[in-house]
Parts: sequence; C-alpha cells; structure tokens
Amino acid sequence: MGSAISELPSRRTPLADAAETGLKIVIVGGFGVGKTTLVRSVSEIRPLNTEEVMTQAGVGVDETSGVAAKTTTTVAFDFGRISLNERMVLYLFGAPGQERFWFLWDRLFSGTLGAVVLVDTRRMDDSWYAIDRLEHHRTPFVVAVNRFDDDTAGYSLDEIRQALALPERVPLIDCDARLRQSGKDVLITLVDHLYELAMAQEMTP
Amino acid sequence: MRRPVDTGDPDRLYTVTGGRSRADDDFDLVTLVVSESEPTAGMQSEHARILDLCRHPTAVVEIAAELKLPITVVRILLGDLLAMGRITARHPRAAQSLASLPDSALLKEVLHGLRNL
Ligand SMILES: Nc1nc2c(ncn2[C@@H]2O[C@H](COP(=O)(O)OP(=O)(O)OP(=O)(O)O)[C@@H](O)[C@H]2O)c(=O)[nH]1
Ligand SMILES: [Mg+2]
Repeated sequence: MGSAISELPSRRTPLADAAETGLKIVIVGGFGVGKTTLVRSVSEIRPLNTEEVMTQAGVGVDETSGVAAKTTTTVAFDFGRISLNERMVLYLFGAPGQERFWFLWDRLFSGTLGAVVLVDTRRMDDSWYAIDRLEHHRTPFVVAVNRFDDDTAGYSLDEIRQALALPERVPLIDCDARLRQSGKDVLITLVDHLYELAMAQEMTP
Repeated sequence: MRRPVDTGDPDRLYTVTGGRSRADDDFDLVTLVVSESEPTAGMQSEHARILDLCRHPTAVVEIAAELKLPITVVRILLGDLLAMGRITARHPRAAQSLASLPDSALLKEVLHGLRNL
C-alpha cells in the first residue's frame, strides 16, 4: 500500500502509518463564539467540515422512503486534528451547543476524553445548556472565556464563575481562540484536569 | 455552509447505500481505517475512493469529509469493505462510555504530546 503515484499534491497530509489510537475532544459553545477559530489555531490540518443526518428515531437514512422522505435533519460540524506522536492522534470537534443539537452530541461524541465549553461573556446565556448537559452526563470539562475585543464589560473570572454557577472544581480560564499558544493552553488545562481526575479515581479502591 | 441546516439529500444517500439504513456502529468517528487492497475495476466508486484514501490510516470522520457524505453513510460503506476483508479498523481504546475516564497513563501521553507541539 505504499505507492505514492496516485497522491496528488493537494491531498491532505496523511497520518503516520503507525497511527493506531484516535482520541476526541469536543469544543462546544453558542453560534460565533469562536469554536472553529480555536480548532483552526491548534489543528495541523485546515478544519474540515462534515455532517450527520438524523431522523426522529436516531437512525441515519430513512428506511421507508428513499424517495418521498420525511424530513431528515442534517447537522454540520467541523473538526481538526493534532498528531500527538507516531501512534496517537487527537481530533477536535467544534459542536453547536444549542439545545436542539444535543441529540447529535450524545450520539457522535460518546467516548470523548472531555470537553471545552467556550464562553462569550456578551452572551453568557448560551453556555448554560451546554454546562448543564455535560454535568448531567458526567463528561469532564473546562470552561474557556473567549475574550472578544469589544467585550467592554470585562468581567473577572470570579464574576463569570458566579454567573455560570460553576463549581470550584471545574477549571475556568481566559483564552484568545485566535492564538495557537492560547488554544494549546486550553487543551492542556483540560487534559491536566482529566489527569487529576483519573489519578484520583485510580487511588480510590 | 457551516450552519446546521435542514435539508439533506435522501435520494443520493439512498443510492449510495443501496437503500440500507443501518450503519455499523463499530466505526467510531475516530476509528482509523487502513486499506488492505487496491481498488478494483467495477467496484462501487465510493468503495474505491475509500480504499484510495486509506492507503494511510484515515479516521472515519476524515473519510466522510473527503467524500462529502454523512457519517452514517460512510459507516455503511465501511461495513461493506470490512465484510469483504478490504480494510482493517483500528478502534479507539479510550473509554466508550460517556461517564468513564481513560487511564492516567494514556492521559499522560496526551499531555506530553500537547506540550511538545
Ligand atoms: N476579537 C476576537 N475575535 C474572535 C475570537 N475568536 C473568534 N473570533 C472571531 O469571531 C468570529 C466567529 O468565530 P468562529 O470561530 O467562526 O465561531 P464559531 O463558534 O465556529 O461559529 P459558528 O460555527 O458559526 O457557530 C470570527 O469572525 C472570528 O474571527 C477572539 O478570541 N477574539
Ligand atoms: Mg464554526
């Protein structure tokens, strides 16, 4: 399978042949909060877009019709990727956080390491549902505040924690989704948090 | 384009999958797929494209993006290829349930990889 003849230069950089473990982190947040920007700033590939088709029953293509199909819902999401080493590759998914899209979240993102909730302080209400849902599922997460230039209110992290009723144990940080280093810091904060949780769990018999 | 929309094209999906609707749930979004043979003449074009793409390990979600097909449809196509022995799948070893954590050794490796970016 090693032949490179058919590989056009435009093709995406392939993974290492030794790649064997795919991992997932979900970036969730309201419209325009900076999900795609964050994915782009840390991804080794240009963010790609894909979609899932859903029906009421949660099965893909409608069985009974094919022609006069009842309405299916297509939900688009984008993703990027980071090769962590020769064997491990991390995928980052940007997912809409609104209530009506969580059926997608439940289905697509099972097995995720954890989540980043991106918050825009000008529209804090958009974050409520995501946080609530993650806690309900006991999916570990961190909250990153994407500070926009015209965010004049300048709430402190403490004020934001209060406004979101976020427990102390959930890490809360500032970020600028446009900056690679900042995006990296968000991911490291999440995985650090996961590591602590895993250690604590492994200590308890 | 990035916004979730309400259309979909059931006709096309129906054709590609031969009318089947049950996806193979074994294929996670980040399952890495590797071709075990070259595409052959007369093969369904989507099958051939997948074999072409997966000369190097390729995640299910990347196959879907590249083929511009929904994940569900790609899972069905991958199920076909797996049954024919034309691909192998490297499944994620992270916990499959939403509530359970992966082990600390794996997380340490992830941290190390992120810090070295
Ligand atoms: N000033 C500032 N602008 C940002 C920041 N992050 C993102 N933006 C801008 O905000 C806009 C929306 O960002 P996106 O990354 O597309 O947001 P999104 O969450 O993916 O949006 P949807 O997918 O449409 O829900 C873009 O014009 C970005 O350039 C930031 O940290 N600071
Ligand atoms: Mg986006």
